[in-house]
Amino acid sequence: MDRPENSAPAISEDRDTMVKILHQMILIRRFEEKCAESYSLGKIGGFCHLYIGQEAVGVGAISALRPDDYVLTSYREHGQALAKGMPADAIMAELYGKATGCSRGKGGSMHLFDAGLGFLGGHAIVGGQIPLATGVAFATKYQETDQVTLCFFGEAAVNQGAFHESMNLAQLWKLPCIYICENNMYGMGTSLQRAMSFQNVALKSCAYEVASEAVDGMDVLEMRAAVQRAIKRAREQSLPTLLEARTYRYMGHSMSDPGNYRTRAEIEKYQERDPIKVFTNKLKEAGIIKDSDIAEIEAQVKEEVEHAAKFADESPLPDPQELYTDVYASPINLND
Amino acid sequence: MRDALNLALKEELARDNSVFLMGEEVAEYQGAYKVTRGLLEEFGPKRVIDTPITELGFAGLGVGAAMVGLRPIIEFMTFNFSILATDQIINSAAKMRYMSGGQFKMPLVFRGPNGSAYQVSSQHSQALESWYAYFPGLKVVMPSTPADAKGLLKSAIRDDDPVIFLEQERMYGMKGEVPDDDDFTIPLGVADIKREGKDATIIARSLMVPTALQAAEQLEKEGVSCEVIDPRTIRPLDIKTIIESVKKTNRAVVAEESHAFASVGAEITAQINEHAFDYLDAPVKRLSGADVPMPYAKNLEQMAIPDVAAIVAAVKEVSYM
Repeated sequence: MDRPENSAPAISEDRDTMVKILHQMILIRRFEEKCAESYSLGKIGGFCHLYIGQEAVGVGAISALRPDDYVLTSYREHGQALAKGMPADAIMAELYGKATGCSRGKGGSMHLFDAGLGFLGGHAIVGGQIPLATGVAFATKYQETDQVTLCFFGEAAVNQGAFHESMNLAQLWKLPCIYICENNMYGMGTSLQRAMSFQNVALKSCAYEVASEAVDGMDVLEMRAAVQRAIKRAREQSLPTLLEARTYRYMGHSMSDPGNYRTRAEIEKYQERDPIKVFTNKLKEAGIIKDSDIAEIEAQVKEEVEHAAKFADESPLPDPQELYTDVYASPINLND
Repeated sequence: MRDALNLALKEELARDNSVFLMGEEVAEYQGAYKVTRGLLEEFGPKRVIDTPITELGFAGLGVGAAMVGLRPIIEFMTFNFSILATDQIINSAAKMRYMSGGQFKMPLVFRGPNGSAYQVSSQHSQALESWYAYFPGLKVVMPSTPADAKGLLKSAIRDDDPVIFLEQERMYGMKGEVPDDDDFTIPLGVADIKREGKDATIIARSLMVPTALQAAEQLEKEGVSCEVIDPRTIRPLDIKTIIESVKKTNRAVVAEESHAFASVGAEITAQINEHAFDYLDAPVKRLSGADVPMPYAKNLEQMAIPDVAAIVAAVKEVSYM
């Protein structure tokens, strides 16, 4: 697929921000590698969808937010949860099904939540989070705050009615929601070409008069800049934006995917433009970081990930009584 | 009935600014069944909102808004159209609290008419309560009188969990006394004995309640005293009140307009058998809608819903009369 030909934004921001972005991207990469390892050891169960290859999309987008802005996303959300500031410990413990997990062991890999940080899930029906995010944006407008809502979904969700219904409502009612389609070109094992009659996702916004951009999803600064533009539109004019981030996932759809639908050569072609490599090179060329800085980040990240895995390992399972809690906020006990 | 519902909506919109009402034709058109009449004028377009015909979209929007502190009331013009929104009702609204480990409240009401209407054929005449009652996380309410409608709807709006509030199109014109007290509420999960009796128990909900009451009146003349119990809330079900009645009368008839297979009536029957089997003098008798899509022709339609005569016959059957 063609990459958008935006000229890459120059690095004009402070070093701390750039280093933090790089740190998050490397953290996600190593965290996901650890997940793959733990999954194969049977410590993580069920479905587990990794974000490796797509780090620039989540990190770039979320880096542009204020802490009080909201994020909703799909089941491929470990990376975005880390980028929103959720502790690696609580995420890993959730994946391990432990009581200390962010959703107390009841959600698992696909349902990470942290209401306090504005991370509103982790939704596992393709496209299901899109109307929800539209509703969160509706609520912030109703409450007259200037918060914005980011909604991530894969390109396969674009074929769902939920996407089109939400685009219509968001523009009709002028809602401050930013829709980020992470186009990694495969819906599970079905390529975009086999699933979508017209494959330019960004242009679909024309049907609803929603502003849109196609963005190089392998370039974290491109992502950050595009989301900054969308945030300005959302905060100042209360208008939605659709961003199509063109990206690629290196791993299977989930851990149980043998990947027979694409070639090794195709994966390697995209890995040449690896988002961490692209960004690292940029920072090095600009003289912002040195190899020793990268080694330091890698060491910090390694410790963080090892700590998370150890924390998850050593945490207790949920108490059996937890089976019946959290079904209702106001339970009606009829057994008295 | 429609005025009682209207009053409940009006009082709750006035009471709490985080409550808003959304649905097809609820505002400018004044509601397809006029339940929302006058609300746009009183509360304005920010809080009484016409939606496009986009059930999945506005149902999901309501769930999202509830996650961050609003209290949406989402009207389905009829519950037949809620079928388009079931992903958001079941996968999002019902499960959000549980799968997040208790991080969210879901103060949300989905309301509108359910069950049979008059001669609108298969796609506009069906009872869906057993679908929604199946799912933990949802509460399901079905009022049968104007006073219950007001009190239960107010409780549903004030509740912090998602409530499926099922009205009945044939009952919108029903007359009855309604308390005008702003704070009149009826707790969810409490059944009501609509008529006391000693010989047989009829468990009925929604449209079947007035039908059962007529049947009870007729049976009284024939010397059979019927107790009519309306659960009012289907989930959670106040089975205790039903069991106590059955222990007293030793006979039970369960009447419903929905299909019989895996229905709420089937659940009530199973629970009576579980908890009061030794008290029964006859097997529990179930009366359900015909096991066919609803037909259009008037005579066929009438045959598809249990009527007074059918309930009378069923009570006689369990009484070996």
